[in-house]
Amino acid sequence: MRGNFLRHWAPGVLRTQAFRIVLIYVFVFAISATVLVGFTYWNTERSLDAQTDQIIEAEITGLNEQYQRLGLRGLADVVVSRSIHGGQGLYMLADSAGRPLAGNLDEWPQSVTRANEFVEFEYARRVQGEQVMLRARGMAFVLVGGFELLVARDVDERNMTKRLFTTTLPWSVGLMLLFGLIGGALMSRRVLARLESINRTSAEIVAGNFSRRVPLTDAHDEFDTLAENLNRMFERIERLMKGMREVADSVAHDLRTPLNRLRNRLEEAQRRLDPQSPHAADIEAAIAETDGLIATFNALLLIAEADSGAARGAMAQIDLSAVILDVAELYAPLAEEKNIALSVMPTGVLTIEGNRSLISQALANLIDNAIKYTPAEGRIAIFAVETPSGIDLTVADSGPGIDTADRTRVVERFVRLEASRNSPGTGLGLSLVAAVARLHRARLTLDDNNPGLKATISFPRTPQRSSKKGANSE
Amino acid sequence: MRILVVEDDLEAQRYLVNGLKEAGHVVDDAADGDTGLTLALSRPYDCAIIDRMLPKMDGLNIVAEMREHGNNMPILFLSALSEVDDRVKGLKAGGDDYLTKPYAFVELLARIDALMRRRSPAAVKTKLSVGDLELDLLTRIATRASQTIDLQPREFRLLEYLMRHAGQVVTRTMLLESVWEYHFDPQTNVIDVHISRLRAKIDKGFSAALLHTVRGAGYMIRAR
Repeated sequence: MRGNFLRHWAPGVLRTQAFRIVLIYVFVFAISATVLVGFTYWNTERSLDAQTDQIIEAEITGLNEQYQRLGLRGLADVVVSRSIHGGQGLYMLADSAGRPLAGNLDEWPQSVTRANEFVEFEYARRVQGEQVMLRARGMAFVLVGGFELLVARDVDERNMTKRLFTTTLPWSVGLMLLFGLIGGALMSRRVLARLESINRTSAEIVAGNFSRRVPLTDAHDEFDTLAENLNRMFERIERLMKGMREVADSVAHDLRTPLNRLRNRLEEAQRRLDPQSPHAADIEAAIAETDGLIATFNALLLIAEADSGAARGAMAQIDLSAVILDVAELYAPLAEEKNIALSVMPTGVLTIEGNRSLISQALANLIDNAIKYTPAEGRIAIFAVETPSGIDLTVADSGPGIDTADRTRVVERFVRLEASRNSPGTGLGLSLVAAVARLHRARLTLDDNNPGLKATISFPRTPQRSSKKGANSE
Repeated sequence: MRILVVEDDLEAQRYLVNGLKEAGHVVDDAADGDTGLTLALSRPYDCAIIDRMLPKMDGLNIVAEMREHGNNMPILFLSALSEVDDRVKGLKAGGDDYLTKPYAFVELLARIDALMRRRSPAAVKTKLSVGDLELDLLTRIATRASQTIDLQPREFRLLEYLMRHAGQVVTRTMLLESVWEYHFDPQTNVIDVHISRLRAKIDKGFSAALLHTVRGAGYMIRAR
């Protein structure tokens, strides 16, 4: 359960926009923080060095003056006295051979070879009985008479800061990234949870459960504003759908009643009439017209019903290949009468979630059309194949087909092509097929069968839901 | 036969009652749900025709109430509601058949005849026969004048339905509903083609035809 949750959850969070934004932000922040701290360090070091250098230069100038005033002896005294009280100051007075005369350094540092330029060197010092190497920065100066004077200051503390800085910085950046990522993940999960609830609600509404609403939280944040707006929209959709259904229902009722009376009266007239009367044929024709009207009316209502999504309640797991065999069997004799070879490609069980009655009727309409328009000795093939995206149900005939330009038009209500004006039919057959397809989130496509028409309903793959029932089921 | 009609549209009611009387039935009528239920529970009818949407009490409730009182008279729903769901609801509530308005009177007549016939003692039969045509429901073999007739499974079911209603008009819609279990209008005369194939198998070569076409209504199988 937990592993499953993580596996499900982790890629979800990684894919969220919030997490990506946090990630980018954390990186930009880490880089700029590093640059900023680095620059501050560099700047501080530079000014500290400059300060050190100034002090050293001033001291050299001062000592040089002492030397000129008091001579070597006097200079040596000053150097000795400064060496004792000097704190950070390091001094060495040496003769031209480099032998120490006075100062607080044990020996002339090896790295100091040239005069009048700042150098850094290491020097030994006893700290609590132990010999340690420390860093210093200083300048050598050659006095008149060949004596050399080295004035330096200890900078070990500064170097320690530097070492501390270089070891701490990567850790700080690493921790910053880590906390940033954790924070980002938590934040994204929150965002994701809110979005998920909106998504779930929308999906349920699309599935036909119009009464669903996005739950609000106490946060009163922008998600709640979004949810409120969506809820208002959903309310509107629900009201519209309800209104549409009410209109359809009352139209259905209010038209059925007079149609019923009309047919009743015609039938009554027919019963009373002498079958030999010249009016008998008229009344029979009137009844036939009425029946055509009723058929059109029923087909329109059925399309409205399919489009309203109300029929989703009657959806079940059905075997498409069984539906095909049944409908094909119903129409087989009709095809045979016209000498049309009607073939069904056998397939295994192809399960889809659907309304058996409506799919059967849609398929019946397609086969009926195919038989109607395919000339004698023609062929009709019915088959269902599994595709990467779902299941395709195809009825292909060898009839005249439909011009590319007319293909989208024939699916519209009441559109009948010139060629078929005089054959019986309501002109709603393909519209119903398209509406049934829409109800099943499937698509109706009309293609060239070279020659003939190839009508395909592409059903999407059924999500494997074991216990989920349709939203509108009683 | 005694038939109860519960219908609030008086014009439709008058027509229905007249038609049924002309067909030789004794008819009582009610224009609202309450009266309908009272009549249904107090008198013995062979069949009731009930509208779905009625004042005072909905047709579904009448039937549910009747069934609760142990009344099992055959009931046909007559309704302006045509959705797939409505039909299922009607049958679930205890209706035996469902017919959508507008309907053809012959269709209604054929259906209530079938309903009333179903009610009469239906001993479990293993053999059906009409004239010299016999259908063995156990071995699934059809014979006429001792000659075996080769039938496809669906043809067998079609013949079985016709023979169970021998002497009665059976409409195309009834056949489509009971034999194929489809509740839609197939537009073309598919049923006629199936019937003519069946006819070729059972009547061809025999002097007396058993399967008859009833003009403007449907089909009937009968001897003589």
